[in-house]
Amino acid sequence: MGVIQSYRLRLQRKRWRIRAFRKRRELTLVENRTSQIKRNDLLVFCTQRNERIRLPYFLQYYRDMGVDHFFFVDNDSTDGSLDYLAAQPDVSVWSAKGSYKRARFGVDWLNWLQMRYAHGHWALTVDPDEFFVYPFCDTRPLRALTDWLDASSIKSFSAMLLDMYPKGRLDAQPYREGQDPIEIASWFDSGNYTISRNPQFGNLWVQGGPRARVFFPEAPEKAPALNKVPLVKWDRRYAYVSSTHTLLPRGLNQVYDEWGGEKASGVLLHAKFLDTFSAKATEELDRNEHYAASVEYKAYAARLEDDPQLWCKWSERYINWRQLEILGLMSKGNWA
Amino acid sequence: MSVGIVMLVHNAFGRAEQVARHWAAAGCPVVIHVDKAVPRRKHDAFVAALADVKTIRFSTRYRCEWGSWGIVAASQAAAELMLVSFPKVRHVYLASGSCLPLRPVQELIEYLKERPQTDFIESATTADVPWTVGGLDAERFTLRFPFSWRRQRYLFDRAVDIQRKLKLQRRMPNNLVPHMGSQWWCLTRRTLSAVLQDPDRKTYDKFFRHVWIPDESYFQTLARLYSTKIESRSLTLSKFDFQGKPHIFYDDHLQLLRRSDCFVARKIWPYADRLYEAFLTDPAGAMKRTEPNPGKIDRIFAKAVERRTRGRPGLYMQSRFPNEDWENGVTAAPYSMFQGFAELFEDFEHWLSRTTGARVHGHLFAPDRAHFAEGQTTLNGALSDNPILRDYNSSAFLTNLIWNTRGERQCFQFGPMDNQDINWRVARDPNAQVSVITGAWAVPLFRSNLDFAEIRKTAAKLQRIESAHMDVLRAPRTKARVRIWTMAEFIEAPMEPLQGILDEIGRNRLRRLSEAPRMVNLTGFGQFLQNLKNQGMHPYLMGDFPVVRGVDDEAKPSLKPYLVK
Repeated sequence: MGVIQSYRLRLQRKRWRIRAFRKRRELTLVENRTSQIKRNDLLVFCTQRNERIRLPYFLQYYRDMGVDHFFFVDNDSTDGSLDYLAAQPDVSVWSAKGSYKRARFGVDWLNWLQMRYAHGHWALTVDPDEFFVYPFCDTRPLRALTDWLDASSIKSFSAMLLDMYPKGRLDAQPYREGQDPIEIASWFDSGNYTISRNPQFGNLWVQGGPRARVFFPEAPEKAPALNKVPLVKWDRRYAYVSSTHTLLPRGLNQVYDEWGGEKASGVLLHAKFLDTFSAKATEELDRNEHYAASVEYKAYAARLEDDPQLWCKWSERYINWRQLEILGLMSKGNWA
Repeated sequence: MSVGIVMLVHNAFGRAEQVARHWAAAGCPVVIHVDKAVPRRKHDAFVAALADVKTIRFSTRYRCEWGSWGIVAASQAAAELMLVSFPKVRHVYLASGSCLPLRPVQELIEYLKERPQTDFIESATTADVPWTVGGLDAERFTLRFPFSWRRQRYLFDRAVDIQRKLKLQRRMPNNLVPHMGSQWWCLTRRTLSAVLQDPDRKTYDKFFRHVWIPDESYFQTLARLYSTKIESRSLTLSKFDFQGKPHIFYDDHLQLLRRSDCFVARKIWPYADRLYEAFLTDPAGAMKRTEPNPGKIDRIFAKAVERRTRGRPGLYMQSRFPNEDWENGVTAAPYSMFQGFAELFEDFEHWLSRTTGARVHGHLFAPDRAHFAEGQTTLNGALSDNPILRDYNSSAFLTNLIWNTRGERQCFQFGPMDNQDINWRVARDPNAQVSVITGAWAVPLFRSNLDFAEIRKTAAKLQRIESAHMDVLRAPRTKARVRIWTMAEFIEAPMEPLQGILDEIGRNRLRRLSEAPRMVNLTGFGQFLQNLKNQGMHPYLMGDFPVVRGVDDEAKPSLKPYLVK
């Protein structure tokens, strides 16, 4: 990479940071408990809108993992989730009145909060329907992973988005509050992912899975990106570029080995496809606040009307992280 | 009081205290060295916490930066204090704050009592053992290292480069032979005091001060001068990853550690409560004796290093995406690609799957869809047969297919009418077994009902494509196992090539082929080719096909036309 390109990326990073700084004005503080945060605490960052029903399990899942503090940006919720979050003892919450789209799908808001509060901490940036799975997560807490990453001088950790879906119609089994959504959406595609390199940012672009298979078979280039780098030892100079797919400085995107070896990586179980999905898709279609003119939701709505079935004969049922590691979706790397 | 413990501590003081108390309670005096980088407040609290134990001392503090002299200075000071304060100590065991005794301390004491003259220190000559990661082994001794590796990496590397370029070399004092080994040793009073009271110690210290990672070479080299009996192994279990950092043990390693034959393990994650609970108990409550099986630990950690450096062949994923030619296996397993066979033989796919037991697909890269075996629309791993999805990244389609079906041999048909994007990928893959009957694509044309003008056009196109493909397969860069026959050559004696291919696919097929696939009726094929020639389109890939051939001898298809004895 030449000096000029390197400098361009630097300017771009500064631009995102300035943008995040400007967008801070859209955030209204609702509950600030950040004074509780101690050195080395593990932080979760999340934007949400009308996800009240998912929040209890989400919080419990990450508390059990050892997360110490949650940062939420609530985007105009109408289902009482804001009040629910404000009442939690380990949550700081802001409400955002502006456009989700014009805050680059929440990235600007979170970049600001991370700049402000995450410096020197391990920060996990996830959506309320994403459940982080990492090697040995059944026997070792998240801190074991971050301590190991620290000791190995690794600053960012990759976790690919793995779309989970139920067998049968999406609306066949209603989701109950507090329930593990993976009990319902327990199936996934194990081996139909395609990867290419992004020369500009140095990250991988992973596509595939049930969304490419069912919603985008005629236009696979439009299928959503699945590569994510959600866990980062944050520094105030860092910035997410688009969702958690890409980071700057670009060295943070180097979460893969190019010489044949495997780096350690995890998976984000994506429990998007529950009975709540159709309603969400319709609503988001009206709001038109999602990526690329909500092309994803348009494709979903078109397909889901006639046959909401993502399951196929070769779908794999989720058991644990070891299964994902054997299937080659994640890796222990040299963590043993 | 025959064993004294020297403990180097720099963090996790709660755990260090626990372990120090454990040693002391078993009758081992302990000398603790606390890194000078530790803030005074923490240090004082730690000292105060252990004030009630008579046999615990604290030695002069040094700054212990990894790779630098400080760790040796700290070990020297602590060992000296140990030898002076506890005259009954016969063996000194060097440990760290994150070490954990795996066996009851009494066992260690008895073990050392039975070997009063033995020094346990891993010590190998640099000349004979490729020791280190990162390229510095003998150079650790011959170069100078004025910069910190951790904080001044750039300067560190430049300093090494310059010294290499200028061929600057230091000489070992008194012709010492450099030895290296694990920094965790257990030395006898005799050897240790000889090293510490050596009249030349000043010279040695001055030399080793500028050696890279001297804690892995100072005692290892000098012990060789005085020890009467060196057992070159460490009593501390310590595993290193590919960058030379120690692996860390967690709660889930409990069963593994129980089976170690070492006395002490390093390094333990400070929050591994179960490990500390299990091993820091009195001997009675301690582990049930299990047969030591250190090999298992070795395997697990060796595998971790292997996974990190070599990875799983044929896997492409979020954290393994090798550059071309660095794949360590383009695909996960051997597979076979057949070109022209399905055209020349009736029902070739079923025959092949019957004879070999492999999974035989049709034309996976056909324009209309991927023809999976048994007409399936998805395959292992939820691989879709959609042609657009497939062609979006056809080499990923192939590598995914082979990865998803590990353990089962895959065969598929290919031809010039299929998507040709994967040709180089396959050609460069040593796992690929490619068998081609050139020109066989003409057979379906010959049997088709198309306009002759149409046939001529298609034939010209297919011939061009196949010819380009053959150039790829014959290129010097090609690593696949390639067999190419012209059609004329092949039908002359089809059994031999078939047998050869099947032998290579292997699988309990030692018997000779008894059943051959049935060849399609080629009556008039020679004339068909001649017609193409007459139209100005010379089909050359089939080889020499006589015009009249096939009129007599292949006129009537029999049930089993080729029976081989």
